[in-house]
Amino acid sequence: MRFDPANADALTLAPARVHEAMGRGRRAFALFQAARHPGPLIWILPAHAPEMPMLAGLPRGLGERLHLLRPAGETDLLWCVEEALRAAPVGLVIAEPEKPLSLTAGRRLQLAAEAGRTAGLMLIREDAGSNATQTRWLCEPQASPDPDSTLHRWPRIKNKSGTCGSWIVNWHGATAAFHLVPEAGERQQPAEPPR
Amino acid sequence: MPLADARAICPDLATRPADLPREAAALATLRRWAGRYAPMVATDGADGLIADISGVAHLFGGEEDLRADLQARLDRAGLAAVSAIAGTRGAASALARHGGGIVPDGALVQGIGRLPVAALRIDHATAEALARVGLARIADLAGLPRAPLARRFGPGLVLRLDQALGAQAEPVAAEPEPPHFGVRMTLPEPIGLQADVMAGLARLLDRLCAKLALHHRGARRLRLELRRVDSGTAEVEIGLARPMRDAARIAALFARGVDEIDAGFGIDALRLTAPVTEPMAPEQTGGATIRHEDALADLLSSVGNRIGFDRVLRLLPAESLIPERSFLLAPAAYSAPSAPPPRSGPPRPVTLFPPEPVSHASGHPPATFRWRRMRFSTLRATGPERIAPEWWFDDPAWRSGLRDYWRIETQQGPRLWLFHTPQNPGWCVQGEFA
Repeated sequence: MRFDPANADALTLAPARVHEAMGRGRRAFALFQAARHPGPLIWILPAHAPEMPMLAGLPRGLGERLHLLRPAGETDLLWCVEEALRAAPVGLVIAEPEKPLSLTAGRRLQLAAEAGRTAGLMLIREDAGSNATQTRWLCEPQASPDPDSTLHRWPRIKNKSGTCGSWIVNWHGATAAFHLVPEAGERQQPAEPPR
Repeated sequence: MPLADARAICPDLATRPADLPREAAALATLRRWAGRYAPMVATDGADGLIADISGVAHLFGGEEDLRADLQARLDRAGLAAVSAIAGTRGAASALARHGGGIVPDGALVQGIGRLPVAALRIDHATAEALARVGLARIADLAGLPRAPLARRFGPGLVLRLDQALGAQAEPVAAEPEPPHFGVRMTLPEPIGLQADVMAGLARLLDRLCAKLALHHRGARRLRLELRRVDSGTAEVEIGLARPMRDAARIAALFARGVDEIDAGFGIDALRLTAPVTEPMAPEQTGGATIRHEDALADLLSSVGNRIGFDRVLRLLPAESLIPERSFLLAPAAYSAPSAPPPRSGPPRPVTLFPPEPVSHASGHPPATFRWRRMRFSTLRATGPERIAPEWWFDDPAWRSGLRDYWRIETQQGPRLWLFHTPQNPGWCVQGEFA
């Protein structure tokens, strides 16, 4: 996907970089990003992981693009991530490493992503990320008072080139469509005077 | 004779079920071997071979010597076989199934005349009808006028009789040999460097891929055998995510295996075979989509060769309402992607895991509960959706009976997929919604 800054919104992942997501809602965030990336998807999860993506619940058009890799060990998993990032036609690589990523591993993944022009998303445990990541998101599902909305709170807590921020998103999980929910907060500057 | 009758006559009878594919494979092997006696060898029925030995017999010292040589070799191999030589295919086939022997040239009627008419490869009904009118032997038929025979017993009998007696030609149609996808190279001096092995491999791959292209096939598995000077061998085997015959891309997959082999004192012969091939039509080269598919297949091949092709998976829809069986995990290299059916009915979670019981559940649906050492209180519950077990499978996870599924939105945020088992009261979490 060609990166088009005009089209990019706050939730767009920078292309050809590796990003990290943590928190309870990280899989939902990964699926949201997967629905926004065209092309084949590679989801790498350890062989003994009990949590599997369920085909009937995935966003539309995602099931037939998804490839699951289930390597047996952590070394194999990182090797698979690197190999998948280097492959040009892949749209997004999602991986669930079990151990904290070392700086070396994080840097190698960034280089692989740049070589293959592929975006990667690591679903990490709490504070198990690497400093080499482009952005880090702390994803939590949020209870919504309105029965028709499924709210997610996706704050960006680290960004190498840009600002951090916090967004509450209403995304129902069926397509790539979403609504940003304006957060009720204190206004930093006075409202514009009436003309 | 039915098996029960045979058992009644001989109670100690040892029987085995017939293994037809293996018998056919053994016969095909024997056919290849029999090529040493004649250029044209074909299988004759399920249990026979027929060879056209015109102009060959003198190489073995005559027909008697040829047949004796054949019998001696088969005996030494432990095969009990009967052989016959005759001027026509029909006569040889008939004689071989009734004792064997040699029919001299020009004496066909005398040679096979004493055989029963059933030896003419005619169907059972015709043979019985002939026996009823007193025509039991071939010699009885040979002198009869053809036209009344054909009118009464059909043209098939006359055709078989003419074929056996040489009035009708019946050539031996040997089927073509299946192509063998293997190439080898012997080296004058042993080599040990990785680059040298890869260079040798590149030459072998060029030849093998040309052969694959000629037969419109693509390799699925490739094996490289390296013979060392101390007569040891090293093997590298790779799998491919889809049929392929592109030398450069296959060579890249061999690099890791070649890196690991022990060359010892040097390698003096290379042999490359494709044990598993699949049909692959010629396709247009170039084009963005084709390149993308190729690149993805390359990725799956290289990953599959390291972690195993059974770990490179794809989700395929399945016809079942049971959540665990509503999709299949199929090896991506051996399945084609298929779109899941459009969403209908109650929503499904995005992640599914084996059921985990909740504790301290209060109410129905539970207003508060504990799961994974966290406390949840229900904000909104949608359901129930009852799913009954598939009684035709005995699934240990479903022995607790019916399940009532609820979508529970918690105050704490997570939206969980809980179920209640009314026949065996208890609550479990099985999935998490987006």
